[in-house]
Amino acid sequence: MELNAIYVIVAREFKKFIREKSRLFSAIARPLLWLFIVGAGMSSLVPREAGVPYTQFIFPGILGMTILFSSIFSSISIIWDKEFGFMKEILVAPVSRFSIVIGKALSGTIVSLIQSIIILALFPFVGLHLGMLQVLSVILICACLSFCISSFGIVLASFYDSYESFSVIMNFIIMPMFFLSGAMYPIRLLPDILRIAAQMNPLTYGIDAMKHALFPDAIGKMSPDFSLTTSALVIVLTSLVFVFLAGKAFERKN
Amino acid sequence: MPIIQVQNLVKKFVNITAVNNVSFEVEEGSIFGFLGPNGAGKTTTINILCTLLSPTSGSAFIAGHDCMKEPAEVRKAIGIVFQDTTLDKDLTAQENLMFHAYLYNVGKDIRKKRVEEVLRFVDLYERKDDLVKKFSGGMKRKLEVARGLIHRPKILFLDEPTLGLDPQSRNNLWEFISELPKKHGVTIFMTTHYMEEAEVCDRIAIIDNGKIIALAPPAELKKAIGGDVVYIRTTDNDGAKQKIEQLFKLNVSEKEGELSITCPMGDTCIPEMIRTIGKNVLSVRIQRPTLNDVFLQLTGKAIRDEETKEGDSVKESVRSYRRRH
Repeated sequence: MELNAIYVIVAREFKKFIREKSRLFSAIARPLLWLFIVGAGMSSLVPREAGVPYTQFIFPGILGMTILFSSIFSSISIIWDKEFGFMKEILVAPVSRFSIVIGKALSGTIVSLIQSIIILALFPFVGLHLGMLQVLSVILICACLSFCISSFGIVLASFYDSYESFSVIMNFIIMPMFFLSGAMYPIRLLPDILRIAAQMNPLTYGIDAMKHALFPDAIGKMSPDFSLTTSALVIVLTSLVFVFLAGKAFERKN
Repeated sequence: MPIIQVQNLVKKFVNITAVNNVSFEVEEGSIFGFLGPNGAGKTTTINILCTLLSPTSGSAFIAGHDCMKEPAEVRKAIGIVFQDTTLDKDLTAQENLMFHAYLYNVGKDIRKKRVEEVLRFVDLYERKDDLVKKFSGGMKRKLEVARGLIHRPKILFLDEPTLGLDPQSRNNLWEFISELPKKHGVTIFMTTHYMEEAEVCDRIAIIDNGKIIALAPPAELKKAIGGDVVYIRTTDNDGAKQKIEQLFKLNVSEKEGELSITCPMGDTCIPEMIRTIGKNVLSVRIQRPTLNDVFLQLTGKAIRDEETKEGDSVKESVRSYRRRH
């Protein structure tokens, strides 16, 4: 593993992220709309369940959404790098494919983590009371989930060579992943076929782990769908699988 | 030992053979050129040598390392300037170079110094903090050459380095490139489809349809096609023609009132020819053969003709192949 290379790949992404202020604002705007408009609207329809109002219920889901969008957007910047040639500069360097993938996945992780921490800081506005330990555990879960989704994004990016594929990824991958993740509704209430699809979605487990941290006492429909151990294991294992697959995808030479 | 050794290199894409049994060697510290029309297999060869592509068969060694088996060692030994820019336009010149220095693990204590050194070398030091998107085509190219030198490679690959540049930046760049072996002790491997550009090379391989059809120093290639052409205009063309044919045993042809004579050493023939013809001479000019003439003689076609037709369609099918796989 080449630490210098990993460092500089992350530094480049971070520098560009800081420079494009508009990217940060639009990335934050989406979850805010969902949380305070969709969330507030749905609250009037969905009754409180075991003391948890709907705006609070979707809070982990909105954190998950922030991570989903920013991690995948960050990773598919690889498609831009391919299109504009910069990828070649990286690929001909004496750096292992594994280091490149780790560097890219960490870039996505950092960018996502910053955004999710900004959203997390809004917890008092949805009426949540969180202790320091809860906040730290949510941040830790966000970091792991960001890494997992970012590496998934890299695998995804390896299939595409031009940015015209962007809308395909947006409509057929990102949106279904969001809707089938337990973000908006507990997945145990879904019809069988949709529930199975949600169970194959790594985002589901990230959001589920956050529910454990945010509502330790929740019962009934608003409680988590899986045990914390299951969720944590799934995130870690899928991360490893995605990193491995992404490394393989980069090695490919015809 | 030659710094690049390529033997029987073959690269096939589904329906075309982009590189067809190519062998050559490049000596350390020299400038070696691949000359040929678009789609001749130049870039494919470079991509194999740079370890971006595996060949179908054959072997390639760079600085003693096998391109297929030791890609990491090969990558350390080479610097590359690709046909299309590979700079990050949203970063500054200096940031692009620092990125490269980290990527090639240039030591912490010398990173900054090296970056400054190459920036000064290409006269871009004053612009180091400007975003690359503000740079002209020529500046971008120079910056890429500079970047390729940061890690002190043994070989610098230049794939069509002057593509899309205006004539002035083109000349500047060539002046600069031809000094690299002396100043940096680097070997240069370049490709071009411009005849004039290939003349800076110590040796040239002419490549067409994936095959090397000639490999020699530029002067030798030109000599091989029979030397210079001397054009003479006189008041009595018929008389002059007879005299030259008798005395010099050379073929003389007449076209548009001008005699043309092909002879190996044009400049030394001219004085004698003028003495022979005497006062009747109106004008004399000499034309040295260009590599274009060499290409024309070897392949039966001018290099530029092909560019837009066959060449591009080969290129397109190679690209779409790579996209699909």
